[in-house]
Amino acid sequence: MHSRIALLASIGAIALGSIGFGLAAAAEPPSPLGFGRPATPAEIAAADIDVRADGAGLPPGRGSVTDGAALFASSCSACHGEQGQKPVAGSPRLMGGLGTLATPKPVKTVGSYWPYATTLFDYIRRAMPFQAPGSLSDDQVYALTAYVLRLNGIVPDAAVLDAATLPKVRMPNRDGFVRNPNG
Amino acid sequence: MPGNVATGMSRRGVLRRTGLALAGVSAASQTARSGSASAAESDAPPSMLEQGAPVTDNPYGVPSVFEKAVVRIPGGKPPFPTAAHMLTPLQDMHGIITPNGLHYVRDHGGTPAIDPDRHRLLVHGMVDRPLSFGMDDLMRFPSVSRVHFLECSGNTPLYKSGKPEWSVQMTHGLLSCAEWTGVRLADVLAEAGLKPGATWMLAEGADAAAMTRSIPVAKALDDAILAYAQNGERLRPEQGYPLRLFLPGYEGNTSVKWLHRLKLGDQPFQTREETSKYSSLMPDGTARQFNFTMEVKSVITQPSPGHGPRGSGFCEITGLAWSGHGRIVRVEVSTDNGATWRDAVLQDPVLSKCLTRFRLPWTWDGGAAMLQSRATDETGAVQPTRDKLLAARGANYFYHYNAITTWRMAPAGEMTLAL
Ligand code: HEC
Repeated sequence: MHSRIALLASIGAIALGSIGFGLAAAAEPPSPLGFGRPATPAEIAAADIDVRADGAGLPPGRGSVTDGAALFASSCSACHGEQGQKPVAGSPRLMGGLGTLATPKPVKTVGSYWPYATTLFDYIRRAMPFQAPGSLSDDQVYALTAYVLRLNGIVPDAAVLDAATLPKVRMPNRDGFVRNPNG
Repeated sequence: MPGNVATGMSRRGVLRRTGLALAGVSAASQTARSGSASAAESDAPPSMLEQGAPVTDNPYGVPSVFEKAVVRIPGGKPPFPTAAHMLTPLQDMHGIITPNGLHYVRDHGGTPAIDPDRHRLLVHGMVDRPLSFGMDDLMRFPSVSRVHFLECSGNTPLYKSGKPEWSVQMTHGLLSCAEWTGVRLADVLAEAGLKPGATWMLAEGADAAAMTRSIPVAKALDDAILAYAQNGERLRPEQGYPLRLFLPGYEGNTSVKWLHRLKLGDQPFQTREETSKYSSLMPDGTARQFNFTMEVKSVITQPSPGHGPRGSGFCEITGLAWSGHGRIVRVEVSTDNGATWRDAVLQDPVLSKCLTRFRLPWTWDGGAAMLQSRATDETGAVQPTRDKLLAARGANYFYHYNAITTWRMAPAGEMTLAL
């Protein structure tokens, strides 16, 4: 459908010559088949939830370690353990494991393994709490991110995270990942 | 058995049936049930003495009641049944195609039920025209069908150890093969128009895990499919109904199911599923990331643990070989723990990034044996021994185990995993 609009627009542009009507639309190259419809800015904004390693995509809002601690106790510790200790079977450990990656029993956690703090925000927002994904506000996700980082000693007690500060958090294993050359 | 060899029916059976036909259908079934003299005398199979089930009984057919044991199984009782997997019974598979109900499953947030009329695919990011497609829109594109294997990167969890009693379903069952039909992703991306510098594509599923992976655009333009059908019918829910990404040769989780969003960018997005998970530790503690392609691999599916030979004498050795890099060109089989090898016959068709069935006629002398298979793909890559694989990667690598697997055969024919 969008290509038909483009086509009409370009016909208009030709017909009207230098008057300039439809020039912007005509400048857009036509799609080969014209299937699908243009995505509206609103529907893109609603679906565009990913957060990149450099923080691109982080929403407005903020959250503190203190708020995160309370939320974690009510929404997360049933599976991940109180203060992230002793999770139930099948639920990953969220803290500890520093210095174990080159040993026969590596403990891969947010603290010991994850290269980017932004990934924590992205994952909690898209997938946690396990039984009710998508139920947290952005402020709550910032707070929980801050708390899980605090559990791992990566940010101080007083930390408040937002779109500006979270990407600056440097993870202990930041340089531990190498792209497989034969991938 | 005397009588009519072609139909397997004895002459007495023919006479009896003719008589019953004249006597009428209801009389026939009564006679068969009452076990009258003529039925008792008959040596025809019971299935020939009465009508079978009505043709109209099964609008969607199901396997024989005698095949109830051929099912998917989980690797153990999963603590979270929606973040779990089910393994294909490779020991009971024939040829190369996995029936849809037996295709392996790995979900991260359960299997959603998605109404295709409400499902949409959003293509945005570094494109000229962000577009939204309904299923009807996507099905207007030129379609393609290709037969490819799909293997979970965690298949064959034998880096550290394995249990002797593990069947090939347990060791290799996160592997299946189907004919996938859909549209070329390249055609769909062309509709949106890639901006220069768009080198990565984020694929996101519409499940509770919002499963997300970054895919190189080069792969997306090469042979990626947006699949809506599998072995001739629309996708099964657990395979991503109504739409999944299918990336031939790549580790299974990248073929994102319930696909609803593709975002183009100029760098990988570093999601949890390509950092915390699906990355591999090397001995020095560094992690290898974006280990996409499943390497050359094979396994003997019969005889195998729990499915040993029924007696000495002729015993066909058969199995499957595959490579995410292309075609299989050779499979060798050893019965003496790798001391000597014989070339197996590759069953046609031998397709790229697809399971290849191999067979070797063998005469089992009734003694102990150690069965192995070793595949070579068209790039010349040869399936490594376990020692070689561990030397290259260490035991913490976890994913992408493709070493030669050894089945131990005891003199009585009992078979176990010998790693
Ligand atoms: C009902 C149990 C449950 C609850 C409640 C829960 N989680 Fe989880 N969480 C899980 C499971 C199970 C996984 C692993 C999922 C998978 O691997 O697919 C997980 C994974 C994670 C991970 C990724 C860990 C890793 O190393 O990859 C993080 C981070 C996380 N949860 C944070 C949270 C937070 C924050 C909350 C509270 C808002 C929460 N979870 C609530 C069960 C739970």
